[in-house]
Amino acid sequence: MTIRKTGKGWLLASPLVLILGFFLLIPVFAIVMVSFWGSTEYSYYPAFQFENYQFLLTSHVTLSVYLKTFMFAAITWSLCLLIGFTVAYYLAFHIRSLPVQILLFLICTIPFWTSNIIRMISWIPFLGRNGIANNTLQHFGVIDEPLEWLLFSDFAVILAFVHLFTLFMIVPIFNSMMRIDRSLIEAARDAGATGKQILTNVIIPLSKPGIMIGSIFVVTLVMGDFLTVRFMSGGQSASVGRVISNEIGLLQYPAASASAVVLLLTVLIMISIMLRFVDIRKEL
Amino acid sequence: MTQPATLKLEQVTKRYGRDVLAVNNFTQNFDPGSYVCLLGPSGCGKTTTLRMIAGHESVTSGEILLDGTAVNKIPPAKRGTAMMFQSYALFPHLTVQDNVAFSLKMKKVGKSARLREAAELLEMVDMDGYKNRLPAQLSGGQQQRVALARALITKPSVLLLDEPLSALDPFLRVRMRSELSTLQRNLNITFIHVTHSQDEAMSLADRIVLMNDAVIEQAGTPDEIFNKPVSEFVARFMGGHNVVTVQGVMGAVRTDKIKLIGNGNNADKRLSGKLTYVEFLGQNVNINLETDSANDITASITDSAYKKLNLQVGDEIGVNWETDDFHLLTQ
Repeated sequence: MTIRKTGKGWLLASPLVLILGFFLLIPVFAIVMVSFWGSTEYSYYPAFQFENYQFLLTSHVTLSVYLKTFMFAAITWSLCLLIGFTVAYYLAFHIRSLPVQILLFLICTIPFWTSNIIRMISWIPFLGRNGIANNTLQHFGVIDEPLEWLLFSDFAVILAFVHLFTLFMIVPIFNSMMRIDRSLIEAARDAGATGKQILTNVIIPLSKPGIMIGSIFVVTLVMGDFLTVRFMSGGQSASVGRVISNEIGLLQYPAASASAVVLLLTVLIMISIMLRFVDIRKEL
Repeated sequence: MTQPATLKLEQVTKRYGRDVLAVNNFTQNFDPGSYVCLLGPSGCGKTTTLRMIAGHESVTSGEILLDGTAVNKIPPAKRGTAMMFQSYALFPHLTVQDNVAFSLKMKKVGKSARLREAAELLEMVDMDGYKNRLPAQLSGGQQQRVALARALITKPSVLLLDEPLSALDPFLRVRMRSELSTLQRNLNITFIHVTHSQDEAMSLADRIVLMNDAVIEQAGTPDEIFNKPVSEFVARFMGGHNVVTVQGVMGAVRTDKIKLIGNGNNADKRLSGKLTYVEFLGQNVNINLETDSANDITASITDSAYKKLNLQVGDEIGVNWETDDFHLLTQ
């Protein structure tokens, strides 16, 4: 009662309100507002028109770019999940001592000690036409000619994505797994469960919140990415993020804003679908 | 239910690494259909023994025989034992009925058959009204019943209970004690119950195996253990005893067999001491005396006897007991 009367509650909530207001609500509002503006080849002007959306939603390019981005997201997500789950499982259940667990976990984070861009660029000498990968394969006689699709291809884009984002899958899954009471696994064994049955009946269901958090990270990161796609595809693949970045490059801010709003809505829908499957609140 | 089986442990030893001896040379017969308590202070090896019987811990040497067959190398589920875990270890993501039906699901029993069987077990433990709840929505006592049903659905011939009552509040603990004992009598299978509470062991067990420091200190009926303790450790651990040394001979005398001889009374006394404090317990009163020898003495007398004696703290009081009540201790 006293809190309500004196307005202390508002005071206590104000830092968060101000931060979210300045750094989230106002920018998003600005983007939404600009997305209704009009533009010509050389200028843009305040207006309230649906031209940007109309162009965006009826264009074939939008559809194919979205399909491509979904493909990147789906493949990256499944590979990150496969690798992330396996690594987390190994760390959580096969390594018995805590110091070794922490050490190996830190090793997983080593790629994050350098910037994204440097990590991406470092793939280029490795995957290039005369790069280490091709040279090694040729040396051992596995291939006769250099593989062209190693670099500047969808393969390279996905490889870089997986490299960049697998840790985002490992961390939450590992966290979920560490919370599984070890006596549950003994209880399952006591009830006659085989190793595989323990995995599918106990460990996977109880790791679901971690899987879901990791999936949200990976999917949103891939959906919004433009740098990785540009570098690793050598400019040959498009993604939603690249379209926006190109529009900004051409100073087509209203069109870029409309694309951003559509992307934001798409990602929000995807997350809300994912949250339907798992209650992650108990993990937070 | 299944036929009760004879469980036999022969010179079972468990070592961790080179130096840690958890269980040393444990030999014991467990009669079919009996309620046995493994009792002892924490770290004495009782839980390790139980886990070896269950198959969750390997045996360093010795043999575990169930109806004459060595089961050392057989996986837990194939031994005919079932274990109820200390914190119950119910699967938090499964409903009560799916928890109970878990082992049948692992055996690929059809859904309707396994749910029917789970329902029967839940009825037996009075939990049929909760079959669609999650474990987190149950109280401690209810979780325990579910854990019991889950262990019993495998139709074990030996049920292993690891500190089953320690997670409950004292009131519920006493009630679950009688339920466990009734259940064991109805099922007529062997229960092996690990506990560190001598009250629990005394009230439940047909036979108590008291362990200390990785070895069996004494095994016998509750009456034998309580009235004929073989060692100072047993007498002290079971409580209710004074360990006294008279003329170089050590023995145990039950606190309620101590006779107090008040001031000015010239009757025979074996020891004497100064009254340090009095504990009023309702029906009984515990009188604590500080004697000249190393051991203090506690006498448990009735409330009315205490009033008659009219004692004051600081009084010099004589102590006597019947010769038969003095029980010799080996060490």
